[in-house]
Amino acid sequence: MKQSKRIYYVFAMVAAIVTCLIVSAYGRAGTLKENVYEVGQLKPIDSVPKLKVGDKAPDFTLPAVSGGKVSVSRYLGKKNVVISFVPAAWTPVCSEQWPGYNIAKGIFEEYDAQLIGITVDNIPTLFAWTSQMGKIWFPVLSDFWPHGAVADKYGVLRSDGVSERALFVIDKKGIIRYIDIHDINKRPPLDDLIKALKKL
Amino acid sequence: MKKTIIFIAVLAIGLGVLHSAPVAAQKELAKGDALPAIKLPVPQTAAAKSYLGLTSGGTFAVSQIKAEVLIIEIFNMYCNLCQGEAPRVNELYQLINKDPSLKMKIKMIGIGAGNTPLEVGVFRKNYQVLFPLFPDEDYVVHKAVGEVRTPFFICAKRNADGSLKVFHTNLGGFRDAAQFLKQVVTLSGL
Repeated sequence: MKQSKRIYYVFAMVAAIVTCLIVSAYGRAGTLKENVYEVGQLKPIDSVPKLKVGDKAPDFTLPAVSGGKVSVSRYLGKKNVVISFVPAAWTPVCSEQWPGYNIAKGIFEEYDAQLIGITVDNIPTLFAWTSQMGKIWFPVLSDFWPHGAVADKYGVLRSDGVSERALFVIDKKGIIRYIDIHDINKRPPLDDLIKALKKL
Repeated sequence: MKKTIIFIAVLAIGLGVLHSAPVAAQKELAKGDALPAIKLPVPQTAAAKSYLGLTSGGTFAVSQIKAEVLIIEIFNMYCNLCQGEAPRVNELYQLINKDPSLKMKIKMIGIGAGNTPLEVGVFRKNYQVLFPLFPDEDYVVHKAVGEVRTPFFICAKRNADGSLKVFHTNLGGFRDAAQFLKQVVTLSGL
């Protein structure tokens, strides 16, 4: 009898805990955006800067989601360039930052600037992710292999292999005029980028 | 045995409350709630001022908007779903505006959660939004309505004392503007 009581007690405890977990999980499920992987709060910046304003922007060539390869040098003498590094596809802040830029095309044109988006994800992942954003007007490049080599060159490769959330403005002479290595957990306001473009 | 059952029941309820507490703390605005006191800057354009029935400058409370029913869209310029919904929200505004019996009774505003005035301006220009949009740079309004996901639509009706009471909310897009308007009219009893 004593043993059956104990079994009953353990069973009831397990049932209570399971009930709590179900309640908790059900509540949380409603707060998650569909298809976006929650990464939680991360160390704001996890890299050592290698470049500063006034430096020549390192050249690179990376494969684009739309096909072919894109080099930053192709815009030399023709366009200002804004490079937007975002940490990873399918993560909360990144999944909003580029759709925002996507409807701000007119502003980039106003300052004769070409936006380039880069992540360390591979092309198929970037294809699936950016397809959810509608038609993207700027090239999206994959810094997947050698993994994060361009991010590393720009001093924005984090210790876990993703890049920082960073913006670089490069003028038509190929000189870096603005760097914002932003808190990875927050979206950089468009206002700051536009202020930098205005100064060109 | 009885004591054990009571103990387990109390424990289960206690743990349940503890686990669900963070969810309850972020409870989004729902039907039957009073619309929180939301203060916004008076729009600068004469058209927007006139639409909302405002005369002075500075700030205003949403309860001052001259309308029987108020539809508030909580959006975010960066939100892909809000962007996709923008044409339908515009259609809703146009449906209301071209109906003489509803035009003066239902008003719409949009509040850009976490957006600066510039970011709201980009959204307005890109989608040619005709109803007034307001920035909520520091998420003050967003917090007041329960940190809802976007787009989120709040439909509130004026009480006899002038305050506003929520009679319907909609998380995500509505598929059909005419159907949504019909729902608003029916539920509000206009």
